[in-house]
Amino acid sequence: MDLALVWFILIAVLWTGYLVLEGFDFGVGMLMEKVGKGDKGRRVALNTIGPVWDGNEVWLLTAGGAMFAAFPHWYATLFSGFYIPLLLILIALIVRAVAIEYRGKINDDAWRRRWDWAIMGSAWIPSILWGVAFANIVRGVPIDETMTYTGGFFNLLNPYALLGGATTLVLFLSHGAIFLALKTSGEVHDRAASVAKTLAPIAVVVAGTFAIWTQVAYSVTWTWAAVAVAALALLGAWFFGNQGSYGKAFAANAVAIAAAVVLIFGSLYPDVMPSSTDPAYSLTVDNASSTDYTLTVMTWVAVILVPIVLAYQSWSYWVFRRRLSMDHIPEHNSLTFLPKKK
Amino acid sequence: MDVLDLARWQFGITTVYHFILVPLTIGLSTLVAIMQTTWVRTGKQKYYRMTKFFGKLLLINFALGIATGIVQEFQFGMNWSEYSRFVGDVFGAPLAMEALLAFFLESTFLGLWIFGWDRLPKKVHLATIWAFAIGSLLSAYFILAANSWMQHPVGAEYNAETGRAEMTDIWAVLTNNTTLVAFPHVISTAFLVAGTFVAGISVYWMVRKSREDKKSADIDIYRTSARFGAVVMLLAGIGVIITGDIQAKLMFEQQPIKMAAAEGLMDTPDGPAPFSLLTIGNLAGNDPESVQHVLEIPGLTSYLATGSWDGEVLGINDLQEIYAERYGATTPDGEVIEYRPNLLVTYWSFRLMIGLAAFSAALSVLIFWFTRKKQVIEQPWMSKLALISIPMPFAAASFGWIFTEMGRQPFVVAPNPTGSDEIMLMTMFGVSEATSVFEVALSLTVFTVLYAILGVFWAKLMHRYTVEGLPDVEPEQVSADPDRPMSFAY
Ligand code: HDD
Ligand code: HEM
Ligand code: HEM
Repeated sequence: MDLALVWFILIAVLWTGYLVLEGFDFGVGMLMEKVGKGDKGRRVALNTIGPVWDGNEVWLLTAGGAMFAAFPHWYATLFSGFYIPLLLILIALIVRAVAIEYRGKINDDAWRRRWDWAIMGSAWIPSILWGVAFANIVRGVPIDETMTYTGGFFNLLNPYALLGGATTLVLFLSHGAIFLALKTSGEVHDRAASVAKTLAPIAVVVAGTFAIWTQVAYSVTWTWAAVAVAALALLGAWFFGNQGSYGKAFAANAVAIAAAVVLIFGSLYPDVMPSSTDPAYSLTVDNASSTDYTLTVMTWVAVILVPIVLAYQSWSYWVFRRRLSMDHIPEHNSLTFLPKKK
Repeated sequence: MDVLDLARWQFGITTVYHFILVPLTIGLSTLVAIMQTTWVRTGKQKYYRMTKFFGKLLLINFALGIATGIVQEFQFGMNWSEYSRFVGDVFGAPLAMEALLAFFLESTFLGLWIFGWDRLPKKVHLATIWAFAIGSLLSAYFILAANSWMQHPVGAEYNAETGRAEMTDIWAVLTNNTTLVAFPHVISTAFLVAGTFVAGISVYWMVRKSREDKKSADIDIYRTSARFGAVVMLLAGIGVIITGDIQAKLMFEQQPIKMAAAEGLMDTPDGPAPFSLLTIGNLAGNDPESVQHVLEIPGLTSYLATGSWDGEVLGINDLQEIYAERYGATTPDGEVIEYRPNLLVTYWSFRLMIGLAAFSAALSVLIFWFTRKKQVIEQPWMSKLALISIPMPFAAASFGWIFTEMGRQPFVVAPNPTGSDEIMLMTMFGVSEATSVFEVALSLTVFTVLYAILGVFWAKLMHRYTVEGLPDVEPEQVSADPDRPMSFAY
């Protein structure tokens, strides 16, 4: 198999890792208020992702770095073209990192409350925008003969892309709800379970519509398989959720997200960023990629390192496997800001 | 302002900001790991409390380091897409390796460290902070390999057909001699920053405690950590000087005009080149001929550049001609290329980098002196000096980077004198074509304002946790009991 294709697939794998893992982080962030109902409940929710959220986010940095290394033109055209959405995503990720880490550092209700809003807000924005961005890539955007994006911002807001945004939003919400149901017990668990129940059918409808639109308008025959897997997985998540087997529901949801990535990448291939100006200007797996030498080096690096990363990340999930409830949450850290000197 | 200026300002501001946080993380993670190791080995509570105290400060710092790092990863694509196309085949590899090898290690094991105190056996828990510290060192290595390639492109060839630099030898890229000296210099810097931080805070507290409550057992702990910090400062300081000296010689070979710019040397001197401590005249560039050196150390620039006190150092005027001949006299638009970097910046940033570290040197010497034979520091002026010293190595490091990056102008990828003349890129050709002034201005404003706001919270928390002093805590009991409350939660 040719190396550029291997890297096309590996990048799909990295994005899958990112969307599956940070997907539930975002879901937890968005649902914190809803399932938490009060400070302690919010803390239960937040601490289910406490030890792992940063490691999950590194999947994004790796996907970005890998695109830079393996498909420099893709990296360059995409990130200089989708400037404003990416800017919004970056702002959200910045605020989120700081908010999660700082919210518990001072014992003051107003302090915590503000950071909680920041955690929630910064989870909604990327959850929508990643879908918008991917849908636009699939749909094709104006790109000229120098591989430069010429579309501007409003070009990115079209019905198909907005449906893409709704899809990632619903998928992440339901992914987060199921994760919370799996990782908590007591009140928070009950509320998360009922949210998950409500969301499952919505996910089937929204994601299903998006998948079929993608398939019919932009894809090739074999990706019907991905559509079918996604549909089955979402139905499975719904079914297992209703049964109360959240482990299985979670796995099914993860499969659905993976199938969505397969659908997206499958419909792109052999392009990586189709041009709507003229198909001849499209960025393809071949014309956007690095040299064989660089790809060979990167393949070795990935083949050796990705399994190691997976191993220690899994271990960390294992260490923190217990379910959390209100009883597990310790007292607040007692530090307050010092009163101002008179 | 055009896209180019805005993009440069944005890169400068966001990167300098990132690098204020990064050296403290790199240095302090290792120092905290050493503290915890000492606790595990000796079982003495004092080291446990020390670990917790400095560990908290490390975490507050780390959060903002991550936040500002995320921007860096995407900024090359957003603002510097033409640069990314030109270098991606070479430059992307170390960046991707950094994420795979370093960032995963850091982030995963830090999570284990923060939440794992009562979940992991003591020794395993200790290993997690070491994994984190090693991750941060690796991260520095790979990012410096990437940066060094821009200073000295090796292991690559220019491909006229694709119009870009293409990698031919990854090993040459990763063992670039520029990287091999930049890495120890930057790591020494990081330890100087962290050593000064630990020592400065400890001295401040030692003075305060010894005035509040002479009998407090905490005084002894602060004394230990102050001396620990001072040792680190001393070793790191020596490391910075030795590696800086090697770096200067390499820089003279690789980017001679940067060396001349560091000295504001317009004309090639007849004899040895001196090192000036003060300069008057118009360094800013409109009238470089008016530059006059006032206080000079004879021969020092010659020594820094060549290793010999009377080695020849070419001035900027001669180098301009040599560069023009080799790399072109005009741009494709017919404008004359000015190979002289901004002298005001290069001259003073080079001096500030070297000079500001003097505070750390003074502090470490005084700490050794005043804490000899079990003595305790009680002098209030020492407390002031300690607090003033803390920000100085941070500033020195920032000036070092400003010098390195601005001294490389007008190139973003500086040509390698012994390599291919085609692998070079002027900064103005690296900027994105798709982005508008509005977009870059918006992101520049947003990042600057956002970083400033977050910086305020960072400062408030660092301050608050510092003035709280050593926490009064007992080591956690390790247990697998699923019903026990978490030892730490957000
Ligand atoms: C506390 C910080 C600090 C201190 C005291 C010094 N440096 Fe430094 N220096 C840095 C922090 C730094 C840095 C921020 O870490 C840089 C920026 C890029 C790099 O590799 O390291 C740097 C770069 C840098 C460069 C530029 C390399 C290039 O552009 O390729 C030279 C020539 C020196 N240093 C030389 C010295 C000398 C001769 C010093 C004297 C004693 C010295 N530095 C002290
Ligand atoms: C791998 C590491 C780095 C890379 C790849 C890198 C790359 C770049 C690039 C592409 C630019 C824009 C072009 C220019 O104006 O020069 C730039 C500028 C700049 N960088 Fe770096 N940089 C790195 C590290 C750093 C660090 C750590 C700092 C400081 C803390 C720094 C400080 C600056 C500054 C101040 C500028 C602005 C220079 C100017 O306006 O002319 N850089 N760098
Ligand atoms: C200009 C190029 C740079 C890029 C693209 C970059 C990228 C990043 C990113 C994405 C992170 C966040 C990692 C996480 O989520 O855990 C980060 C953090 C970090 N970076 Fe940078 N960085 C740059 C410059 C530097 C330089 C020059 C150094 C060191 C010499 C450095 C050292 C670190 C370290 C140690 C961390 C983790 C600790 C912390 O941020 O406090 N970076 N960087």
